[in-house]
Amino acid sequence: MKINKFKVSMTAAMASLLLLTTACSSGNSNSGSGAAEGKQEVTITFRSSGSEDTLTKYFESGLIEKFETDNPDIKIKIAPVLASEGDYTSKIVLQMKSPDTAPDIVAEDTSIIKSDAAAGYLEPLDTQVAGWSDWKDKFIENLKAGVTGEDGKIYGIPATSDTRGIWYNKELLAQAGLPVPFKPASWDEVLEAARTIKDKLPGVTPLNMIVGKSSGEGVTMQTLEMLLYGTNDTLYNDETKKWVVSSPGLLDSFKFIDQLFNVDKTGPTMQVALNGQAGSIAFQQLFPQGKLAMAVDGSWAGSTWFENGAAPIENVADKMGFAPFPTQNGQEPGAITMSGGWAWSIPAQSQNKEAAWKFMEFLMNQENATGRVMAEGNLSPRNDSVDVAGYTDRTYTAEAQALLEVAKFRPANDEYATVSAQIQSIVESIASGKLTPEDAVKQLKDNVVRALGEDKVEVK
Amino acid sequence: MKRKSRGAFLFLTPSVLLLLIFFIVPIILTICFAFTNMALTGSAARNLQFIGFQNFTNMFQDPDFRISVWRTLVFLIFSAVIGQVVLGFILALLMKEKNVTFRRIIGIIVIAGWVTPEIVVAFCMVAFFSDNGSLNQIIGWFGISPVSWLFSFPMVSVIIANIWHGTAFSMMVYQSALDEIPKDIEEAATIDGASNFKILSYITIPMVKGSIVTNMMLVTLQTLGVFTLIYTMTGGGPGTATQTLPVFMYNQAFVNYQFGYGTAISLVLLVIGIVASLFYMKSMKVKV
Repeated sequence: MKINKFKVSMTAAMASLLLLTTACSSGNSNSGSGAAEGKQEVTITFRSSGSEDTLTKYFESGLIEKFETDNPDIKIKIAPVLASEGDYTSKIVLQMKSPDTAPDIVAEDTSIIKSDAAAGYLEPLDTQVAGWSDWKDKFIENLKAGVTGEDGKIYGIPATSDTRGIWYNKELLAQAGLPVPFKPASWDEVLEAARTIKDKLPGVTPLNMIVGKSSGEGVTMQTLEMLLYGTNDTLYNDETKKWVVSSPGLLDSFKFIDQLFNVDKTGPTMQVALNGQAGSIAFQQLFPQGKLAMAVDGSWAGSTWFENGAAPIENVADKMGFAPFPTQNGQEPGAITMSGGWAWSIPAQSQNKEAAWKFMEFLMNQENATGRVMAEGNLSPRNDSVDVAGYTDRTYTAEAQALLEVAKFRPANDEYATVSAQIQSIVESIASGKLTPEDAVKQLKDNVVRALGEDKVEVK
Repeated sequence: MKRKSRGAFLFLTPSVLLLLIFFIVPIILTICFAFTNMALTGSAARNLQFIGFQNFTNMFQDPDFRISVWRTLVFLIFSAVIGQVVLGFILALLMKEKNVTFRRIIGIIVIAGWVTPEIVVAFCMVAFFSDNGSLNQIIGWFGISPVSWLFSFPMVSVIIANIWHGTAFSMMVYQSALDEIPKDIEEAATIDGASNFKILSYITIPMVKGSIVTNMMLVTLQTLGVFTLIYTMTGGGPGTATQTLPVFMYNQAFVNYQFGYGTAISLVLLVIGIVASLFYMKSMKVKV
């Protein structure tokens, strides 16, 4: 009887253990799907904005079918990630950490590519690009810096490029008595125009700038850096390899934000500004409804109003304009823009690197690369896109392309993400009146020192 | 006897193993990671290093951390201790010995907040407090101009949201505790001429003290972990106005990609939870 009891308990224990191990191991059996059909499956991951996502639509418009017909041994699977800009980065990083979940091609914001390369998540593509004739002559040279890691290796192929400026509603500006086309020569003229609109057109938001930290990198690049790089200072000193966390230019940039939101009160309401969808609200709702006069945003944003866009406006070119953002006091070169963009990379843990590269080459050939930026309203990283019919004829493309001449790029450093996160939170605090510009400079310095160490920063 | 205990141990093995794998190991790992420079991206992600107490030193020097601790305490005291515990008790008291239909109607209204998932509560509250939301429409009927609640009174808004979401739990705990009090004790006090207030403070409250303390502990621990509600309603902002420790931790780990630092913050949150629980448990032992 006693022995029986022992047996029973042993059996129970073994059975439970078995159950446990089966439960634990059952999650691992889904890799390599598609292998049954004898095909290599290449998964491509990018950020999607939802059901109306233009990139998803572009992939599904016959592009994949065409590739699969030419390459019958490869199957392409698109795996868009629906997330905010900040969440997208953490999601793909977590995916790339394991060979079970790593996609084969991934869209990387050029602001994070160096960081991810330093972390070892991305595969260097030097051998591949060496054997690809397009890379040497057809890609705009200064965009290559954005996809080069700290170690000098190439970690991605630039896929889109962009510039930033002031989008404005021509009718509203004319009603307020401002000159159209609008071409402000200094920061003061921008602020003055906003004040005029506030006086003349009650109910209209004069100037939208992205300041809510939930909008992520847009706060740093579209707002702070657009201002800062128009002063005589920069965020990073390339010679000393240090972050400039306190400078007259930085203080003036903070003062501009404070002036706009707190002194003049010509910015959007905080409820709009702090919303993670502030950009979409501005372009899909406020602009088309005639409730917004100006907005500092990217060159792609105007495509929202095109016929196939999210909020079409008839005769858009007559109603909306795109002006260069001026330097602080109109100093040379008069206007300023930040340029960035997205790139395609292959994760180090990808299981199908060869097939992935094959698809990437196809994706980035002249026809397809240009087709994509045309669909999205972006600028192309390829200099031969101008030869593709319709590329430069697109509304606003000529203006946006012209700005590339004065374009500045974000600091090429893997600490950028950390500094940018600090800036996002501080800019939000200034705009919402929680921090004065002076305190903001001090806080930025303290925070960056704490995050990176005293030896990584300098004061001008 | 010996063999019997061996058998018992064998039966326990699976549950011990489960506990070990899903509970104890993660806690130990969390503690270990808090002493490293673990990061989601950047060179630190490749070179995981033991950095001693660096994360904790940084944390205690970080003004944002101190602000977050303060915000957590404010949120905890107003939304858990005062809001849910007191309001739950009052509701339970008001409903005591009322007729069944009344109790059911009120019960359903209050419990609706509790059964609604946190994320849904958050969206409902955004709809309620937003510029064109219900609250502004209601005050509009009285000629009051709209207020940007989530911007002007962010902490008040999230506190109200959490009270709305959580009060039903306290109410139910107290309802069952109050139902347990024998009627004749209170009746005897009434006959002796005690006022309602005296009955409440000398008889009712002392008799449900145990439930009060248990409930306070549960509500405190639950509120310490509230993240979805705040993150969805305000994102911790404007600025750092509603940045409680869980939101701060999330920002450090998933926005700044500093996992080691985020883990260290989570340990502090764990310690606060433990201290609060010990405090409540001790007070329960002494007084009940």
